[in-house]
Amino acid sequence: MIPFDFKYYKPGTIEEATDIANKTLKKGKKIMYYAGGTEFISMARMHNIYTDAIIDIKGIPECNTHELKNNELTIGSTVTLTSIAEQNFFPLLSLTVERIADHTIQDKITLGGNLAGTIIYREAVLPLMVTDSDIVIANTYGKKRIPLKDIFDKRIQLQEDEMIVKVIIKEQFLSLPSIHVKRTKNEKIDYPLITIVALKDDIGINFAFSSICEYPFRSSSMENFLNDNSLPKDERIKKAIDNVPDKILNDISGSSEYRKFMFHSMLYEILTHFEEVN
Amino acid sequence: MDHIPRIKVNTLRKEAWDKVTGAAKYNGDIHTPDTLYAKMLTSTHAHASIKSIDTSDAENLDGVHAVITGDYIPVLSGSLIKDKPPIARNKVRYFGEPIAVVVASSKEKAMQAIKLIKVDYDPLPVVNSIANSIKSDATLIHESLGSYDCPAKNVYPKPGSNIAHHTKIRKGNMNKGWAESDVVIESKFKIPQSDHLAMETRNSRAKILPDGNVIIYTSSQAPFAVRKNLSELYNIPEGNVIVRVPLVGGAFGGKATVQTEYIAYLASKAVGGQMVEVMNSREEDISTSPCKIGLEAQLKIGATKAGIIKALECIYYADNGAYASTGPRMAKAIASDCSGPYNIENIHCDSFAVYTNHTYVTSYRGFGHAEFTFCMERMMDKLAASLQMDPIELRLKNAISPGDLSPTQSKITLSNTGNLTDCILRLKELTNWQEDRVVKMDNGMIRAKGMSCFWKTSTSPTDASSGVILTLNTDGSINLNCSAVEIGPGMKTTLAQILAEKMKMDVEKIHVVMNVDTQVSPNHWKTVASMTTFMVGNAVIRAAEDLIYQLRSIASVVLRCPPDDLDIKDQKIYLRDRPEIYVSFKNVVYGYMYPDGTCIGGQIIGRGSYIMRHLKTLDKETGKGKTGASWTVGAQAVEIEYDPKRYTYRLLKAITVIDVGKVINPKTATGLIMGGMSMGLGLATREEFLYDDVGVLEDTSLRTYKLIRFGEHPQYIVDFIETPQSDGPFGARGMGEHGILGMPAAFANAISLAAKAEFDMIPISPELIWKTKTGGKYDPI
Amino acid sequence: MLEISDSTIITLNVNGKDRKIVAKPSDILLHTLRKELGLTGAKPGCENGDCGACTILVDDWPIKSCLMLTVEAIGKRILTVEGLNDAPIQQAFVENWGFQCGYCTSGFLMVCHSLSKIHPNADEQTIQNWLQSNLCRCTSYDEIENAIKSILKWEVYYERTGRK
Repeated sequence: MIPFDFKYYKPGTIEEATDIANKTLKKGKKIMYYAGGTEFISMARMHNIYTDAIIDIKGIPECNTHELKNNELTIGSTVTLTSIAEQNFFPLLSLTVERIADHTIQDKITLGGNLAGTIIYREAVLPLMVTDSDIVIANTYGKKRIPLKDIFDKRIQLQEDEMIVKVIIKEQFLSLPSIHVKRTKNEKIDYPLITIVALKDDIGINFAFSSICEYPFRSSSMENFLNDNSLPKDERIKKAIDNVPDKILNDISGSSEYRKFMFHSMLYEILTHFEEVN
Repeated sequence: MDHIPRIKVNTLRKEAWDKVTGAAKYNGDIHTPDTLYAKMLTSTHAHASIKSIDTSDAENLDGVHAVITGDYIPVLSGSLIKDKPPIARNKVRYFGEPIAVVVASSKEKAMQAIKLIKVDYDPLPVVNSIANSIKSDATLIHESLGSYDCPAKNVYPKPGSNIAHHTKIRKGNMNKGWAESDVVIESKFKIPQSDHLAMETRNSRAKILPDGNVIIYTSSQAPFAVRKNLSELYNIPEGNVIVRVPLVGGAFGGKATVQTEYIAYLASKAVGGQMVEVMNSREEDISTSPCKIGLEAQLKIGATKAGIIKALECIYYADNGAYASTGPRMAKAIASDCSGPYNIENIHCDSFAVYTNHTYVTSYRGFGHAEFTFCMERMMDKLAASLQMDPIELRLKNAISPGDLSPTQSKITLSNTGNLTDCILRLKELTNWQEDRVVKMDNGMIRAKGMSCFWKTSTSPTDASSGVILTLNTDGSINLNCSAVEIGPGMKTTLAQILAEKMKMDVEKIHVVMNVDTQVSPNHWKTVASMTTFMVGNAVIRAAEDLIYQLRSIASVVLRCPPDDLDIKDQKIYLRDRPEIYVSFKNVVYGYMYPDGTCIGGQIIGRGSYIMRHLKTLDKETGKGKTGASWTVGAQAVEIEYDPKRYTYRLLKAITVIDVGKVINPKTATGLIMGGMSMGLGLATREEFLYDDVGVLEDTSLRTYKLIRFGEHPQYIVDFIETPQSDGPFGARGMGEHGILGMPAAFANAISLAAKAEFDMIPISPELIWKTKTGGKYDPI
Repeated sequence: MLEISDSTIITLNVNGKDRKIVAKPSDILLHTLRKELGLTGAKPGCENGDCGACTILVDDWPIKSCLMLTVEAIGKRILTVEGLNDAPIQQAFVENWGFQCGYCTSGFLMVCHSLSKIHPNADEQTIQNWLQSNLCRCTSYDEIENAIKSILKWEVYYERTGRK
């Protein structure tokens, strides 16, 4: 039950979508780009969100792209998590999205929706962070392809009129050694206590974290410590944890002290995993 | 003629195919175009004075028909203590308490209007724990506790305190008990409140007709309590209140209290009697409607070196939340059975129901027994450890047996209690108990087994009763009409099997009246307390006897013989020694017609009723009395695998052996026990209400309030012992709740063994284990 | 561009038939199915996507209908429990005592039915992933596990290996 009315637009092109967004915004109205809608609906029923119009971008072919071409994997913003997992072009991403919400909802949640969501975990962004992926966004003035790291500061920084069209991952990353570890309070279907994604390239291991702080992040200083093979593993991990860039979450999923313990043991497992891969 | 058994048979539930095709209708599935929708505004504070409520903007919203607050027909409700306004008035006492109700043309409109109501609160100190509730200078939640009307006898609220009730058990001589004890063990326990979490949220509809009839459609375990309470509270003649209940989507005790029905009635009244629906959102069902008790306890137990328990001293505080509801009865139930299924001659027990600024409580599967069993069975393991005795041996030595006296000094017989020793011995076989109870695996994991015994009796009113009406169709089939609500356990089918067995006829020829209508069906106390098979089953047997008497009477005329020469079977009344001479039911149930057209007899209607026998209220000072007709005993075990590095665990196996007297439907009975076990493991591992430091409930949705999911379940084994209960239908005793009872204790015993630490609170999360083992500080070195 | 601003007549394909109904953009599919079409097999259990009692199939895949706008279903094939028509999973649930109160049953049936069509040879892990989307409070899940395995190729597996 959504306790307010709104207009529904389902454009067939990016131009239509951004155009109607622009026009509506100019009238002083609120718009939301809409893909899977799971977060929108659950927030709307609790009066936690309002909009005058939603623009359902699932009808835009470019947003539905899902292909490996010219050494790049392109995944449209409206591709569902189920589809990502079933097609499995990028196993690390598949593993990550298969642990978001539950299997049935994964068929509704889209990649773009998870990336742009207000939920603090947004785990789908982690594999994109460790692969230095690009993101294509669009507004009424056109499309642009931007490195994720340039537009990501705690969240993907989108203007009201901007929509995510797709993400692009370089093929070379798809088969690199990688690992996804998610721990919850007590059971599989739950928000993460901590999720870590790590991928090893020529230079070292890249890490991205969710549910350590109030936003997903990648930290070069933490990566430097974790990759410093001159130190014993426990020491590297301790330094990394000391350098977490923000307050460590303390909530009903777990206390911050427990998270630190868990974080330590997860990082230890990951480092051991990569040693064994070598 | 051979006897074809109808009991101990896996009869498919009558409504099975309706439930797998979407045809089964629940209360919220029926909508009529004239229905209006009510939505509650609920408190954002746990304890606050309401300085003002401004509903004018909400009232002016298009589509809104009425907005009511606690000032609309102010009354106090409560089956034991009248302490609860259906809509809060002047102050709120828990987070989620209704403070205003909007009635609108659609749910969306009602939701919009709710947002327009302005409430000015004046926060009061929050009683956020049992410790805060019982301290001498505690903030009072009910200042007028001393002047509240108590409709029930034997409820003892203490004016000027937060104590809603106190039951005392004084059995034997404590000084003697302690003197005889070589070993004394003491411990404290803690169990949080949690939710019933029936998949169908509580909901009801009401309409008031010009002829004065008030019709309530509700998802309730207690339609007759709804009728009685509404009638009394609002001065409506009882016959004018008509309560209709279809299939219910799970209840577990949570639908035994009258709550949404009051709101629906008031809402309907406010709009001139039009049909109004109140349907809890999941969040309201968790925070607004009543939940399960929390518990804090302190136990002290003494035993001889040989392991014979000589004394038990215990104090229980049940976190009753903001209103009494059935909380005092659970405090009483805990006290009455506080020994567990063990013979303890000297007992001193104080059991309190205390008010807090938490969600108020109602009955929950086990009625306090899962909670005290956790404490008592943890004590048994601690005692066994200190005596260096096998926990099973200790339990066998003390197992309750005929001739013993219960804590309320009620006499134990084999018939009224069953055979615990047999249950334990069978459990021992099924668990391979003689093997090591703790095994370290090659991969570093630790496997451990824990066990628990349980017992439970009902805590019904002494006058609880049941009725059954049997009517017949012209084909000789029978309609079974009773007011047991089909909340899931398949009781209507079980009752049909009992009737079929008694009537020696095909169960397919017995039609059950699935829905309950208080105007149509005879009264049944409530579908609670594992008493349906016992109470209604006995009424069914009496109705069948009445039917058989009538059938034999008419047949004796038709067949020209004394009624005593006749027997019945397969819908025929036949001469016992000449079975080929018979008359079929169909030829007599609407009168017998002779070849010339003349008729004798008439429509045959069977009726039977049952009232609880010899129950006695408990003596205020000693607790002497009798709370239930019988106990059901059993033994349970849980096997887990513990990861000592991560402090996590997996559930491997869960076993129950229970003495059910007689198994009526093996698969149904097994499923019922397994479902209870699953809930018990939920309590043991994850379910809890989490209040923040100002009493705001934090886990009000299924995102954060976690239940066991598919795949997390262990292997389940259920076995039955059958020691007949002589006054039960075909010997059957209650078993609906019992699967849950020992699970938290058995799990805690297993994890305590595996992790080498004492776990005396639930749920036991990996974080709790980590904290217990490490002190809760991250220490990387 | 499809544009809907108020209550409009739309066509939904439900259980193999095109049905015209009135809907507005903010309507949730679960409520449309229940109130407009009387298909009350899908149940509201949380209206938040957590419990799975409202699960239906959209283009053969399970979807929680409480998290879908009615207008999103335009042009899609919807299957509800009422459209199952003697699917093997219904018999399997009856035979395995796969439910008690029955409130979560429709949702479980739809997930199981979809799984049996999409992954008829699903392994343990896949079965678990799919069925963890739904909550049941009455059973222990063991009964539901037996039901789903009885209609997958598991029976063959059991016979071959003698393992359960």
